[in-house]
Amino acid sequence: MTEPSAPQVHGVRRRVARFFARHPRAALGAQLSAPGGWLLIIYIGSLAALILTSLFRLVDDPTGLVTKLDTSIGFGNFDRVISQPVYRAVALRTLGAAATVTVIDAVIALPLAFYMGKVASQRARRMLVVAVTLPLWAGYLVKGYAWRALLDPGGGAFQEVFGHSLGFGYASSIVVLAYLWFPFMVIPLYAGFDRLPDSLLEASTDLGAKAGRTFVSVVVPQIVPSLVAGSIFTFSLTLGDFYMNRIVGGTTEFIGNIVYRQFSVDLPFAAAYAVIPIVIMVGLLLAVRRTGALDEL
Amino acid sequence: MYLSSSARWALRAFTALVLIVLYAPIVYVARLSVNTARNYAWPPRGFTFEWWQKAFHETGPREALLHSVQTGLTATAIALVLGTLAAFALTRAKFFGRNAVSLFIVLPIALPGIVTGIALLSGFERVGITVSFSTLVVAHATFCVVIVYNNAAARLRRLSPNLREASADLGAEGWQTFRLVTFPLMRTALVAGGLLAFALSFDEIIVTTFTAGIGYKTLPLWFADNFSRPNAIPTVNVVATFVVLASVIPVWLAQRLTDRPGSAV
Repeated sequence: MTEPSAPQVHGVRRRVARFFARHPRAALGAQLSAPGGWLLIIYIGSLAALILTSLFRLVDDPTGLVTKLDTSIGFGNFDRVISQPVYRAVALRTLGAAATVTVIDAVIALPLAFYMGKVASQRARRMLVVAVTLPLWAGYLVKGYAWRALLDPGGGAFQEVFGHSLGFGYASSIVVLAYLWFPFMVIPLYAGFDRLPDSLLEASTDLGAKAGRTFVSVVVPQIVPSLVAGSIFTFSLTLGDFYMNRIVGGTTEFIGNIVYRQFSVDLPFAAAYAVIPIVIMVGLLLAVRRTGALDEL
Repeated sequence: MYLSSSARWALRAFTALVLIVLYAPIVYVARLSVNTARNYAWPPRGFTFEWWQKAFHETGPREALLHSVQTGLTATAIALVLGTLAAFALTRAKFFGRNAVSLFIVLPIALPGIVTGIALLSGFERVGITVSFSTLVVAHATFCVVIVYNNAAARLRRLSPNLREASADLGAEGWQTFRLVTFPLMRTALVAGGLLAFALSFDEIIVTTFTAGIGYKTLPLWFADNFSRPNAIPTVNVVATFVVLASVIPVWLAQRLTDRPGSAV
């Protein structure tokens, strides 16, 4: 690597290197320009386009046969979203589903993550983390389809084995979504329990607290940030989902189904409806920023 | 914490139960793919590889698989470059707006898929681009960057700055330090990030629906078109099992390459 008499070939490269070494800001700029530019132009630009599109509207052509885009700014689409009961109902139903899925996942994940992070042996911990995360990657549609096969009221496993199946509907959507997003809740919780010092729990025991009391008074307050981080995942993922309704939800519709149905017919309206989850998520993220949960994401 | 042995056993039993519920549906689909019956009625009957053979010769799934691989590889390649650059910039320097930039990077997966999908679609429409293979790749690369960034940044944060200084003291310029010191140390993190990014792209359906355009079917899109057709059930079962194997293996490899067990999320 020693290049004593700095050959000509490397002259330019060396000068560039020296320039960046002396100007760290320029080096930073060079590193950041490609990913930053990509995200800014493509992603933030698209979000801006989405919000702009939501303010346009489709009008009938004078011929009445085709529609064209009227690019004057107006809030007509949002009026429709708010004033028409069906759109309000769908938005509320989606929010309800997101909250229910989050609660179900939290209730099941808490004891599991506690066992993984505080009770199991080191070897078992590593295996459990892999075991819990692997299904996450086993194909989103595949898992939905598997549940469809299990839940089918006409011959599915639940019907045949237990004599009863939830069938295809809202309840099934909730169960399957809770199943799908479960690992997103377990992993942050596990990380939270893993960080919790054992001495804290021992101190609680020494002071006479039983396991249940220690859990409620010592453990839970410490892992609230992890719980919030997991909830952000399960909530946001449910809020934006619409495929599971098509697979196991029967006629159930969430915000996403309306957006999907409308985007090829009336893009401005679909855009306006899609702004709802953005507002909810941004509001939620701002609200939980104080808990420190965002560092856990 | 002191736990009575019955409490321990209860936790163990609960964990086992949850794991069974997590895996049962996936195992069930794999079982169905070698089922002799043409439906998914319980209980599965017989054992045959007939559907695997038939599915292998069907053009629909094969073409869709090819498209998924094309999309995944291209998007992952872009994400590797952009994600690594972002990780370098955001872990090594403190600057005004750093937190804002790191928030922007996570945004494509923090916001619901439907938002990302329709936002990109309206962005493309606004500037007059028709959705096609290239818009699909751009969309996938946008959320894959996050995965590569997370893996690369985690590794960089743990690398001692002394290494870079030592390299500089020995006369290496920035690029040489990267090529001979930093890159070899972060190679496994990049491979892991790339594998996870590919797996994410391979499985993505929501953003894909909006940005793929008509006629370009990835494997998830093929799946979505066919899962409810009674005639297609045997092929769907085979494709489903194949997808599970094709996504789980790279992720399992990725987890072996990183010492951070939770990094897959």
